[in-house]
Amino acid sequence: MTGRPDGFPGPAYPLGANPSFTDLVRSLGSESSGAPASRGSAPTGAQPSFGASPGMPAQGMPTGVPHGTTVLALKFADGVVMAGDRRATEGYAIADERIEKVFPADDHSAVAIAGAAGQATEIVKLFQTEIEHYEKVEGDRLSLEGKANRLAQMIRGNLPMAMQGLVVVPLFAGWDVGREEGRIFRYDVTGGRWEEAVFHATGSGGIHARGTLKKRWKPGLDREAAIRTAVEALYDAAQEDVATGGPDLFRGVYPSVKVVDREGFHTIAEDDVRGAFEGIVEDLLANQPPIGASGAREAEEAGE
Amino acid sequence: MAFQPYVPPEQLIKDRSDYARKGIARGKSVVAVEYAEGILFLAENPSATLHKVSEIYDRVAFAGVGKYSEFEDLRIAGIRLADLRGYSYGREDVTAKTLANAYSQALSTIFTQQMKPYEVEILVAQVGDDDGGNSLFHILFDGSVADEEGFVAMGGHAEDLSERLSASYRKGAPLADALRAAVEAVAAVEERSLEPTGLEVAVLDRTRTRRKFRRLAASEVGDIVGGGGN
Repeated sequence: MTGRPDGFPGPAYPLGANPSFTDLVRSLGSESSGAPASRGSAPTGAQPSFGASPGMPAQGMPTGVPHGTTVLALKFADGVVMAGDRRATEGYAIADERIEKVFPADDHSAVAIAGAAGQATEIVKLFQTEIEHYEKVEGDRLSLEGKANRLAQMIRGNLPMAMQGLVVVPLFAGWDVGREEGRIFRYDVTGGRWEEAVFHATGSGGIHARGTLKKRWKPGLDREAAIRTAVEALYDAAQEDVATGGPDLFRGVYPSVKVVDREGFHTIAEDDVRGAFEGIVEDLLANQPPIGASGAREAEEAGE
Repeated sequence: MAFQPYVPPEQLIKDRSDYARKGIARGKSVVAVEYAEGILFLAENPSATLHKVSEIYDRVAFAGVGKYSEFEDLRIAGIRLADLRGYSYGREDVTAKTLANAYSQALSTIFTQQMKPYEVEILVAQVGDDDGGNSLFHILFDGSVADEEGFVAMGGHAEDLSERLSASYRKGAPLADALRAAVEAVAAVEERSLEPTGLEVAVLDRTRTRRKFRRLAASEVGDIVGGGGN
């Protein structure tokens, strides 16, 4: 059909209905910031972000540097685990200690974000609508590959905003229904998309989390071990990176952990995440005396 | 300039209505019935992929009879409107009423201004949080809207079906009973027995999480209909 009933949004297409919600929003010239064609004006003032690096003001952040936050994904025997810390910063101040950075993209995939908070949540919302819109118009689910590519195009569309400091770098993972396996995709600011074989972490604490993942990850990890590995990697990243929030037993703040497997997307209950964290602390206490650099210093002073 | 003979508007409207009605009457029927946990849709449809009933939004579903290309066009337009509304306002702001009004306007414009009217009848249904909260809007080819309650029948034998449904309809019936009654009504009107594989069955189930729409597989339909000693 080429006609479009009067009064309904969207232009007619030469053949078939365009199943892209992003294209629909763009065709209407919406002000939506996440739409690929958006040409926003320069942001003013400090933007809350998922952990801007200290010494780097929110404005004029160099592009190409995935700043702030730690989000990670790792494969295990039955799928993928995705986790993120809960801190959002505004310059040197903490804007939020309980923010959510890992979202369901649909039933069988999850997206985690690092970067400018407002921009990132907007892109996630647009991405979720995009997938659901496609499914409803076409009557079929988009393949995992299709979703990953679509996200890459949306991140590329955000490049003008990224040039002005509103960088968004997501991590995407899901269960590939066709291949019967979990898959992980990472991105850069230009919309570059790379598939990761076993795990990846991004954000300012990502490099530290990757170190832990590298040592702890084993083929065929079970679900519990994978969750524990994810929590441990975040704990290590929080120790090294100010923009990454660690678990807070007193206030009850724990990383958000999600699992995507054959059955779909699951949020891991906070009690289970706390359990995993307590297990890590117990092991630390049992296997090594709690002396860091300062402890060694005290010992040195006492010896004199 | 081409010479156009005078046609009185009454005649014009009548001709177009007759044309649309004939087109719709040729097609198979769709019925929608309210049951205890939501709304049930039943269509006779040999295809497992070209649907007559589909999801529009979280709580809203669409059903169409008549010419496939035309109601498919309306369905996609509705999904666009709903997704855009939900994206720019809030998810709960997308209602069947909004969609029914938009469809009514569109069909009315097409009926009066285009070469030929759409040969379709559509149903926009929304499941509410409780038993009384459902809405069923039945929209005709000329844009007229009827706000229905309990059950709706559209398409080929709509009148016969309505009669049978009004006899069998029980408010608050469980899904299995409602489905069995609907299948019996369609089978009686078509004067033959129906195979589950030739049926398209879907529900708007209020007990589900965000997206209330669900299709029932042929095996599931077979179990329910066969299990009742049909």
